[in-house]
Parts: sequence; C-alpha cells; structure tokens
Amino acid sequence: MAPPKNRRPGFSRRAQYGLFFGYVVAAVLAVAAVVLLALSTLNPPAFAALRSGVAELTAPVSAGVSNVANGIASIPGAIGDYFGVKHENARLRKQLAAQHELLMRARLLSYDNHRLKHLLELRDRSTPAVVAARLISSSAGSTRRMALLNAGFRQQVAPGMPVSGPHGVIGRVLETGPDTARVLLVTDPESAVPVRRTRDGVPAIANGRGDALIEIHPVSLVDKPFKVGDVLLSSGTGGLYPPDIPVARVVRLDRDGALAMPFEQPDTLDYAIVQRAFFPAPPLPAPTPAP
Amino acid sequence: MNEPPVERFTPSAPRWQRIGVPIASVLIGSLVTIVPVIAVNPVLPPFGLMVLLGWRLLRPEVFPIWAAAPFGLFDDCVSGQPMGSAMLLWTVSFFAIELFDTRLVWRDFWQDWLIAALAIAFCLIGGRLIASPIAAHVDTMLLVQILLSVLLFPLVARLIAWLDRKRGRA
Repeated sequence: MAPPKNRRPGFSRRAQYGLFFGYVVAAVLAVAAVVLLALSTLNPPAFAALRSGVAELTAPVSAGVSNVANGIASIPGAIGDYFGVKHENARLRKQLAAQHELLMRARLLSYDNHRLKHLLELRDRSTPAVVAARLISSSAGSTRRMALLNAGFRQQVAPGMPVSGPHGVIGRVLETGPDTARVLLVTDPESAVPVRRTRDGVPAIANGRGDALIEIHPVSLVDKPFKVGDVLLSSGTGGLYPPDIPVARVVRLDRDGALAMPFEQPDTLDYAIVQRAFFPAPPLPAPTPAP
Repeated sequence: MNEPPVERFTPSAPRWQRIGVPIASVLIGSLVTIVPVIAVNPVLPPFGLMVLLGWRLLRPEVFPIWAAAPFGLFDDCVSGQPMGSAMLLWTVSFFAIELFDTRLVWRDFWQDWLIAALAIAFCLIGGRLIASPIAAHVDTMLLVQILLSVLLFPLVARLIAWLDRKRGRA
C-alpha cells in the first residue's frame, strides 16, 4: 500500500507545527495517564463517580437486551413445558408424597433448633436484605472479575455490602452510582472470603484466582487435609459476609490448600440479593481537637 | 490496487459524518463490554482497541496521535481496568505505530496485521500487569484472549474498510 501523504508535512510550516503539536499533546496526555494510574492504584475508589456515571448510562441498555434475550431464550422451554406438563405433574405428586415425611422431620428439627437456641439465649444477628436486583454485565475483557448490579445508592446499596445469589456468595459491592453498583466477584484475584469447612469447621481463607476457581488456604496448620468434595461455607469472621452461606466446593487439591469451584456460577446467575454488612465496622474515632 | 471509480460530481459528505463515523465506531467497540453476559473468564477481545487500530492503519489521517488517550480513558470507564491504564497503553502503541510509519513505509496488509497483533498483545499484557497481582492465574486465559483478538483483527479491518466507504468522500 502506498504511504499516505498527509503525515509528511513537506515544507509547510503550518503542517509541521501541527504535527509537532500533536506529538506534544499526546506526550502530555500519556503523562496524565500515568498520574491517573498512580492515583487509581493508590486510591481505588478515586474515580468511582466517573465510572458510575458511565455505568448509569449503559445499564438500561444491558438490562433491556438481557430481558429480550431471556424472553426469546425461554420460548423453547415454554413449548416443552406445555407438552410435558402432564407427565411432570404425575412425577411431582409422587415426589411430594415421598418427601412429606422428610418435611415433617425437618419441621420438628427446626422447631427444636429454635427452642434450644432460645434456651441458650444465643445472641444472633439477622442481616436483612437491602434489595434484590439483576446482575447485568461484567468486565469480560479485563483480567479483573467484576460485575455490574442494577441497583445503587438510591436503593440503599453501599460499598462493602455482601452480595449473594440463590446458591451462594457472589461477591461484595465495590462502588455505587445512583442506580448501579460495581460488584467484586469472589473469583477476582483481590477478593478474600473467610470460610469454614462444613465437616469440622476448620477455618480457611478463600482467595479468587482470576479464572473460574478459588484458592482455599487453611488459616492454621492442621493435619486434617482437604478432600475433594468438601463444602465451604462463609464463617462470618471479619463481619462482612453473614455466616453459613455456601461459597464453594473443593474440586482439586493443591500444595498447601485446595482449589474450589464457587457454587454461584456468575455466567448463569441473573438475580442477586444485597445484604447489609453482617457486623458493620465501628465508626471511626472522632478526630481529637488540635490544642 | 483496483480502486472503485470515483464519481466526480457527487457532493462530498458532511464533515460530522466523515469524523463522526470513526469516533462512534471506536466508542461502540469499547461498549461491547455492556452485553449482558457475566463472564467467568476474561476472553472478550478488546474491540475498542481493535477498531481504533484498524482506523489508524487504514486511514492514518483520521485520528491525530493524541486521540488514543481520550478513547483509552473512555475504555477505562467501561472495562473495569484501573483508570488510566488503557489511556497510557493505547497512547504508547500509537507512538510505536508512528515509528513504524517512518521506518516501514510501503506496507501490505500482512505487515499491518503484524503491527496490530503486537499492539493488541502489548495492551492486553500491560493491562494484566497493571490490573491483577502477579500471582493471579489469568495467564492462560490472557493468551487465549490475545490469540482470539489477533485472529479477529482482519474481520474488524474489513468492517472498518466498509465503514470507510460508507462514510462518504471528502
């Protein structure tokens, strides 16, 4: 391909200065980018307002496309349901009868549990849900794992609140805009969730890896190693995530811990529940007046 | 090169269209991240960068060299990377392409593709180093993402050539 003529200014002073001016502006902007980068590395929420503003504009598009796509995707299932409904009905009746006894026993256990806890006067905190909203898009092109939630500070969502789905923990809120919030997923390399093993309550930390898996590091040196299939629940330590929400299941053993697959697969989830921080951090001490 | 015959007496396209189509195409490329899919792995190609490189290599006169910075800033707003990372990396790649322009004057599409591949790999690896800790296990997916983006670049280049014809002549 022939070289373009316009990048060679020739003898025109005006063109030469124009080209030079372009280089100067580009260099200045590159330096500005370095400054921005340093600011956002030292103080990550520094540009939350700008990003939330853009997210505010893109959220309706994502939500709309998502609704249409879900509607279209549900058509084949709806047709299948229509024809399969009789068979399904019979099967469900059978299942209901089989589970009735189990339900009775569970009710009894639940009642017992409630009564015994009352006897022990256990002081337990309940964490009311703030809002239920849809996750609408994610940082698919970046190595960070974040998602955009379709609710913001107008719905009382605040940074630091835990987000969970029907199957387990999704992540926590990083920054909020008026109607959107950015959620740090548990698979993000900078996410850490305190967990414990269901079998014996051994505490551990679940760190994201950046791919679909989570690394599990035991907090103390224990000679009871992880097994494939171990289930990990959030422990409530640290006061952010409420206790006993499923986090992940161990799929592979590692040198000093295990690799686990989160229960909540973010590519299949749509609705998420935002809760208050389980045990909010105490307010900062008032600044001492200067003498 | 068999160029299509130019109709001599058609009026030139309005200026906003000549400038607006390239700008809009880069912004739309950056906005591909708002598709409602929650990705587990980072494999979505950086379409904003690819479209910008496509314009830069096909029509160097469309964007001045400093244009990479504002486009990068916009990409940072929607991509989830730390603010300023794409702004810096894209501007540095534009400087590198400027150097290539003075050294490698007569170029074929193969060379353009190679230059674009280098720029894409540089920006993605740079973005990974800036955004995620070294210990994060994202490198395999990063390689997949780079490979996918490089293979998709000719398609983007064709799309830009089509847009270039559609935006009218000066």
